[in-house]
Amino acid sequence: MLPLKEKDVLSLHAGDFVLLTGLIVTGRDKLHKFLVKEKPSRKEIPFDLQGSVLYHCGPVVRKKANNYEIIACGPTTSIRVDMYEPEVIFRYGFKGIMGKGGMGEQTLNALKVNHCVYFHAIGGAAVYLAERIKRVVGVWKLEEFGIAEAMWALEIDNFPAIVTMDSYGKNLHNTIEKKSYEELRKLIKL
Amino acid sequence: MLKLRDILVELYRETATSLPYEIETKLKKIFKIENSNAKEALKVILENIKMAREFEKPICQDTGVPIFFIKAPFGISHNYIKNEIIKATRIATRNIPLRANAVDVLTDKNSGDNTGIGFPVIYIEEVNNSKLIIELILKGSGSENIGQIYKLPIQEIGAERDFDGVRKCVLDAIYKAQGRGCPPYFIGIGIGATKDQVTRLSKEQLLREIEDKNKNSLLDALEKKILKDINKLGIGPMGFKGKTTALAVKIGINHRHPASYFVDVSISCWAHRKSKVILKI
Repeated sequence: MLPLKEKDVLSLHAGDFVLLTGLIVTGRDKLHKFLVKEKPSRKEIPFDLQGSVLYHCGPVVRKKANNYEIIACGPTTSIRVDMYEPEVIFRYGFKGIMGKGGMGEQTLNALKVNHCVYFHAIGGAAVYLAERIKRVVGVWKLEEFGIAEAMWALEIDNFPAIVTMDSYGKNLHNTIEKKSYEELRKLIKL
Repeated sequence: MLKLRDILVELYRETATSLPYEIETKLKKIFKIENSNAKEALKVILENIKMAREFEKPICQDTGVPIFFIKAPFGISHNYIKNEIIKATRIATRNIPLRANAVDVLTDKNSGDNTGIGFPVIYIEEVNNSKLIIELILKGSGSENIGQIYKLPIQEIGAERDFDGVRKCVLDAIYKAQGRGCPPYFIGIGIGATKDQVTRLSKEQLLREIEDKNKNSLLDALEKKILKDINKLGIGPMGFKGKTTALAVKIGINHRHPASYFVDVSISCWAHRKSKVILKI
């Protein structure tokens, strides 16, 4: 259940399969750069970010009479915002980051220091995941950044994801990469 | 008779919302052999493919860069085809809808309709028959970003200027990619003399079907060997560890210059969205 509390984060471990329910916000390349360069205060952002999950996602959205419909919303590759993420986690109080492909050492360290966790959503499963959205709560920076790069606040229900980086410094991606390196060495006789 | 523009809009719809059956069938097969989180991911993926087709919604929110490969008979204007594509792209973006992905490099503004300078990507060649063949790939950029170009030889990975060197390049590219481009992958390889030529060639290989056998027996053997080796890396579906990291490897060749041996690796995600339409003129 979101928002996440300290004890929720500590109870999650790399490898856990979870179903998330509650409020999340989206943010990708432009938003991350903006948050770090312009440093807007928490009050300037119309959603309560404390303990929420920042989802790396640029959705397909259709405008309806008085709201929006999220048509497709799978994760985007997280590593592109790795250089911004430690400051974003620290400054805005996120307790979860969600995307795909995992992140680097600096974010892993920030997860540890700030007690935060990385969820890996299922890449490309955009319609399935859109069906797990109960409501569009609001949107910020739509005019400035456009649909894909704006911050969408979404109420999700039983949204599947896998914890691949936890607050104890364990990173499933590193484990798999190391193993594949051993195989690579054998295959190309390094 | 339907206008070319309408046909193109439908081609967009089919490509964005309905994954080729041969890919779906292959994913169903590997679902049976994978375990743990990789299996969970495939379960969601298979469900998603079904829902996208049923609801006519884009399989993935990244509806990608549209790339057209066209074979046109003598006498039909290439400019006419290009203009119809641009008009169809605007309609498809609004109606399906597709995500607007064309960003102006000068202003950083999104054009809002998936058209812009060199966007969509259109390759047209003239052919000696009476059919107009249009193939479309909606190329997601998560997997586009993990593609690589190599200039052989490369000492660090022991890649010399031969087929074994090519194999080492592809393994290096997939090792570096890990799970970041949504595996299991489809891999196109282009070998030749110039950078521009091999990148197009590798992309063109992505049009081939999974079971399509290379006409050249040496290349066929190399494709199979590389695929087998990639799947030993253990990266697995979605990078969650597993037996299947790639579903197909396809190689295209051009003559090379004595001094040059370029190898380009184009990678597509599991949601490899492509369609083809053949029109009699």
